[in-house]
Amino acid sequence: MIDRNDDGPILEIENLSISFFTRRREIPAVMDFSAVIRPGEALGLVGESGCGKSTVALGIMQDLGVNGRVTGGAIRFKGRDLTAMDEAGLRRIRGSEIAMIYQEPMASLNPAMTVGRQLMEVPMIHEGISRRAARARALDVIGDVRLPDPGRILDAYPHQLSGGQQQRIVIAMALMSKPALLILDEPTTALDVTVEAAVVDLVRGLGEKYGTSMLFISHNLGLVMEVCDRLCVMYSGEAVERGSIGDVFDEMRHPYTQALFRSIPLPGADKNTRPLKAIPGNFPLPHERPPGCNFGPRCDYFRPRRCDAGDIPMMTVPGNDRHGSRCLRFGEIDWNAPLPRAETQASAEIGAPVLQVEALKKYYEVAANALFGGHRRVVKANETLSFTAHEGETLAIVGESGCGKSTFAKVLMGLETATGGSILLDGAAIERLPIEKRGTDLVSSVQMVFQNPFDTLNPSMSIGRQISRALEVFRVGKTEAGRRARMLELLDLVKLPREFATRMPRQLSGGQKQRVGIARAFAGGARIVVADEPVSALDVSVQAAVTDLLMEIQRQNRTTLLFISHDLSIVRYLSDRVLVMYLGHVVEIGTTDQVFAPPYHPYTEALLSAVPIADTNVTKRHIVLEGDVPSAMNPPPGCPFQTRCRWKPQVPGDLCETELPPMRELGGGHQVKCHLAEDMLAQMEPVITLAAE
Amino acid sequence: MVPFLIRRVGLMLLTALCLTFIVFWLTNLPPNLEKLAKTQGTVRMTDAQTASWLETRGYARPLPVKYAEWLGLIPAWTYEDSYGNAAGRCIGDGIAPEDAPRRCGVLQGDWGQSSVFREPVSEIIGKRLWLTGKLMFWVLLVMVPSALLIGVLAGMREGSRLDRTLSTFSIATTATPEYVSGVILIAVFASSAVGLKWFNGTATGAMEDATFANFTLPVATIALFGMGYVARMTRAAMAEVMTAQYIRTARLKGLSFGAIVWKHALRNALIAPFTVIMLQIPWLLNGVVIVETLFNYKGFGWTLVQAASNNDVSLLLGCSVVAVVVVLLTQLISDVGYVLLNPRIRIA
Amino acid sequence: METLSWGAIVARLLSQLLPVWIGMAAVFALSFGFKRRLGLYGQLFDSTIGMIGFAIVLFWALTGIFADTIITFDPLQQISGMKNKVPGTPLPEAVAGYRYYLLGGDNLARDVFSRMVSGATIVMQIAPLATLFAFMVGITLGLPAAYYGGRLDTFLSFLANLILAFPVILLFYLLVTPEIVQTGLPTYMAGVLFLFPIIFLVVLWNSRYFTQRGKRAAYLAVTLVLGLWLYLGVAWNADPLGLISVPPNILIVFVSVVFVNSPTVFRIVRGLALDIKTRDYVAAAQTRGEGPWYTMLWEILPNARGPLIVDFCLRIGYTTILLGTLGFFGLGLAPESPDWGTTINDGRKLLSIYPHPAIAPALALMSLVLGLNLLADGLREESLRD
Repeated sequence: MIDRNDDGPILEIENLSISFFTRRREIPAVMDFSAVIRPGEALGLVGESGCGKSTVALGIMQDLGVNGRVTGGAIRFKGRDLTAMDEAGLRRIRGSEIAMIYQEPMASLNPAMTVGRQLMEVPMIHEGISRRAARARALDVIGDVRLPDPGRILDAYPHQLSGGQQQRIVIAMALMSKPALLILDEPTTALDVTVEAAVVDLVRGLGEKYGTSMLFISHNLGLVMEVCDRLCVMYSGEAVERGSIGDVFDEMRHPYTQALFRSIPLPGADKNTRPLKAIPGNFPLPHERPPGCNFGPRCDYFRPRRCDAGDIPMMTVPGNDRHGSRCLRFGEIDWNAPLPRAETQASAEIGAPVLQVEALKKYYEVAANALFGGHRRVVKANETLSFTAHEGETLAIVGESGCGKSTFAKVLMGLETATGGSILLDGAAIERLPIEKRGTDLVSSVQMVFQNPFDTLNPSMSIGRQISRALEVFRVGKTEAGRRARMLELLDLVKLPREFATRMPRQLSGGQKQRVGIARAFAGGARIVVADEPVSALDVSVQAAVTDLLMEIQRQNRTTLLFISHDLSIVRYLSDRVLVMYLGHVVEIGTTDQVFAPPYHPYTEALLSAVPIADTNVTKRHIVLEGDVPSAMNPPPGCPFQTRCRWKPQVPGDLCETELPPMRELGGGHQVKCHLAEDMLAQMEPVITLAAE
Repeated sequence: MVPFLIRRVGLMLLTALCLTFIVFWLTNLPPNLEKLAKTQGTVRMTDAQTASWLETRGYARPLPVKYAEWLGLIPAWTYEDSYGNAAGRCIGDGIAPEDAPRRCGVLQGDWGQSSVFREPVSEIIGKRLWLTGKLMFWVLLVMVPSALLIGVLAGMREGSRLDRTLSTFSIATTATPEYVSGVILIAVFASSAVGLKWFNGTATGAMEDATFANFTLPVATIALFGMGYVARMTRAAMAEVMTAQYIRTARLKGLSFGAIVWKHALRNALIAPFTVIMLQIPWLLNGVVIVETLFNYKGFGWTLVQAASNNDVSLLLGCSVVAVVVVLLTQLISDVGYVLLNPRIRIA
Repeated sequence: METLSWGAIVARLLSQLLPVWIGMAAVFALSFGFKRRLGLYGQLFDSTIGMIGFAIVLFWALTGIFADTIITFDPLQQISGMKNKVPGTPLPEAVAGYRYYLLGGDNLARDVFSRMVSGATIVMQIAPLATLFAFMVGITLGLPAAYYGGRLDTFLSFLANLILAFPVILLFYLLVTPEIVQTGLPTYMAGVLFLFPIIFLVVLWNSRYFTQRGKRAAYLAVTLVLGLWLYLGVAWNADPLGLISVPPNILIVFVSVVFVNSPTVFRIVRGLALDIKTRDYVAAAQTRGEGPWYTMLWEILPNARGPLIVDFCLRIGYTTILLGTLGFFGLGLAPESPDWGTTINDGRKLLSIYPHPAIAPALALMSLVLGLNLLADGLREESLRD
């Protein structure tokens, strides 16, 4: 064994290759991957789904399952090679020296064991300390992850905690034995943005406090920038670029990194003048990788017979701190060349009001307990929702899970009927018309694009038939042949090859499925399309393409688009007006510029601050919301946001706790539901400021 | 919890009422009554004699009335023939017509008289249930631990050789109904053709004195059939739990395989089989009927067959009430147990 | 002549089953050739367990089909002197026909082998068809129960639980008796149960083609004419053309097996539908104004097919066991019927002296059910892959 050198790196991965073996073939998941993490350093691992980043993490833990195997290279932890270690040796390291946190906090915790026992187990097996000492340690760590009432939490079962609390418990469990290395695999993806911001803040603080090194895996460049010191970008099993955050963000030297940055909506991007640039083509499947550079077929700088000639090694970028790129041409490319300007689109003209929603209310009755029944409770999903949407306009509806945005979509579509208030479509009331009572015209003019691409298409029906069926139901086309022609036109419209008509959904990628969903929604010439988080489940490079497609079709058809999202970056990029919802209430509404600039509603302010932005030129004010979104079954009295509002002390008396604030006009159609006085609102500073370029 | 239990018991009573009414209706269909008359009276009765036989014994009246009498809701029938001899539902041996109670149904605790055994139904059922209970006790004692063990061992390493062997074994046992496995077991272990003669081919002796020789085969026959199913359910639950995230968490905490199985997997994996075992009990009832017939063990199942093949209305009704109560009670226990075992559903 | 040795018996059995071997070879060759184009069925040939199961099931299916050429004697023929003879016993010289009782004779001097093969025909006729009907009933009721929920669901679930709370054997003893057949009750039950397939198909076509009148009319006409013809013949024994009729004791067996199976299918369908109901593609169908039946039958049902096919295989096995149970208690089928349950029941009385008459059908039944279980297992494994 090599003598441990305290100044040496904590983790050193050298030319690591990992493959999965199926009955038919070997599938290489990670190839020639190298990385170094020094004590106290946080390394970010970024890439799209399927690029092999999670496999690297599991490779470090030596937990690749029965089919996975390390086929080359070494993983040295404090000088010891983990790939050559036996089961008992690994067990001593797992949990005590290397700990791992992953995506689904609920799934990571044993549902049948109290949180306390799961926490105490860690030091008890690794350090052999007594139950009492372990409990004391657990109480300590729970305090460190800023959970209230540690004693009660220890005796709770995981399901009794909220998602944010569960993730804090998972983090606490990882910290119980004070590991030297912490691996975080998409630790916040399942959480709401404001909760995510708090967890990220916590992780960063703990990293500093314990001096733990971190490997932070994420698809979100903004998050990585906030947490990490260094960054490694992966594409199709390979690391394509690595270096410090500053170097990679500002002096990227790999075409894929550049393309990634150009496809995410950063402040300053605009759908009309500075549109996003999607990466053309698709992610290659592991067994269909091209020769030479994996990114070659999708790369703007590709040179035949050079880029596809042979394997490309990682090369050092001179002048920077350990900055490397896996691009043959990084020296020749003019990295500062401005993006070739896409033709500037005239912004769509906004027409007459199409949809008027007035004081809409939707209450549900639910049984308190599914099995035992019990007394029924009322969930107030929507409370006095009022707004107007115009022809050709994109109205964004923003809010975290449980804010009532999806319920509103259901009422609008006619899947539910309203409890009170009105929805007028072209002046006709539809709020109490369930879908089966709506005429074909009405049904086809209000359509929806769904969130989950893997769920939006019927898996046992071909793409062509699914679109044709929509045409049939909407009574488009007189004959079978006419409908078929129209179906092919629709495929053209969403830029899918016509051969796709005979494919089954499982043969399509997520982005392609979402395009079919869009084609289906526009089949009957929809006037209003509700898009419920249409891109949130897609990879960033695909998001841009799907968003732009949606915008393009909207412009052509002058459709009113209701864009439901929790992602403020994309909302800022594409919407004309924004409506912010919290616990069933509209708390702010206005044009995009009005909402994204002060004065804000306190919730909007926090939401803006919570969104990670992958741009080193942006300075952001740091606002962390404590606690979780209250249950809609048991909303707080008075202002719905008062339990988490940092401005509450500025309002005299207990107004916030007793009285629901009225909707206030701030000029130019900008409305806010808040008790704060005018001068207080005027004092608000912008959350995001762009440094002068 | 209490309102839940009240509702469930209410549902149980409703189900029992519906079921007994159906049994009552089916057994009181005219052809069944004729058959009853001919087996109880003489086979060569004329139609008119049959009709009068039924008349004098209270069978020839509207169905709802008879059912209500059986329940004890309305006064029972009485009949006085031309000689002045009184007969009636409540008038039996040793009870004079004058002393007989007016109502004697289930509500009064009188389950009627068996026409085959000529004994009160409640006595027969009590005696037979005790014998079947003895059989079931041993069946469960053999079946449950071995099924759980097989399931857990097979499920903890899915796809391993141990798993394949045990799974094949459990599939084979579920594919073999009791009347097949019973026949094979007898042929192998009790017949002179094979000559092993380790055990007895009948279990009649076990009613008085159960020994290893006379009780092994019936117990094994029922246990084998039920075991495969429970084992497969346990295996599926265990295999699913072993792929859960929290098992990976436990592994990455540095726990050994044994500790993972024992401390983290087992409790979660045993929730499903508990329900299955409970719901299996009514199924075992089927097996009991077959096995008791096959081995000539005169328990509840045997009684059921006797009652059904002789259209013994009162006894059949009694049996079906018992069966229904067993089914519904096990359902109730399985629901409650599921809640108690599963902290996720426990009322917070 | 001497009694055959076991080797000779096996050789003769194998040659007697020649049509089955040819059939199996053909099916396997074709299936392997077009493996990749046959969907889930083709995938089955990737799994050893599934293939073994399929082979066993195919064996019994083909045996049932070719029974007439395989049997060596009429299953009811009694030949004096052959009572309880051991396997391989030669026939008395005076009797014409095949020379041996390959698997011996039973207590009425009938050929055990021929009875077992004829039993396969009976099982293969009743079990798959009864299971299919149970599925139609379960699906037609389970889908709306899950889709609409509320009172309909409460009511149907209560009914299903009611039937499930009945011990199966008690139900059989009450239903499958000559007295009940006399009352005509089975006919009424058949009248109700056999309506479901017609309802099912009518709703299926109607919901799919309600926008296209011509097609809808054509499909509905064909379904109704064919369906009602079969319905009248099977359920009411009133086929206007006089082609179809079902003996009442077979009908009662069939009806009771369907009746016992449908509540379980109902529960499975209901559970699956409750899960699939929450998918976005169901919401998408609703938002384009599809009727409830289209959503149920064309959006939900096709996506529940995996588990349903698996359960279908298991349930055929279970139905086979139920048929055997009926035979074992001497219910329904004629006492001399060669079906496996009845034969086992006949043979068990002399079990400790002459085990072979009971063992042959017992092993046959066990292997068929085992095959169906293995087949289901293989299908389940393959459908979970990729």
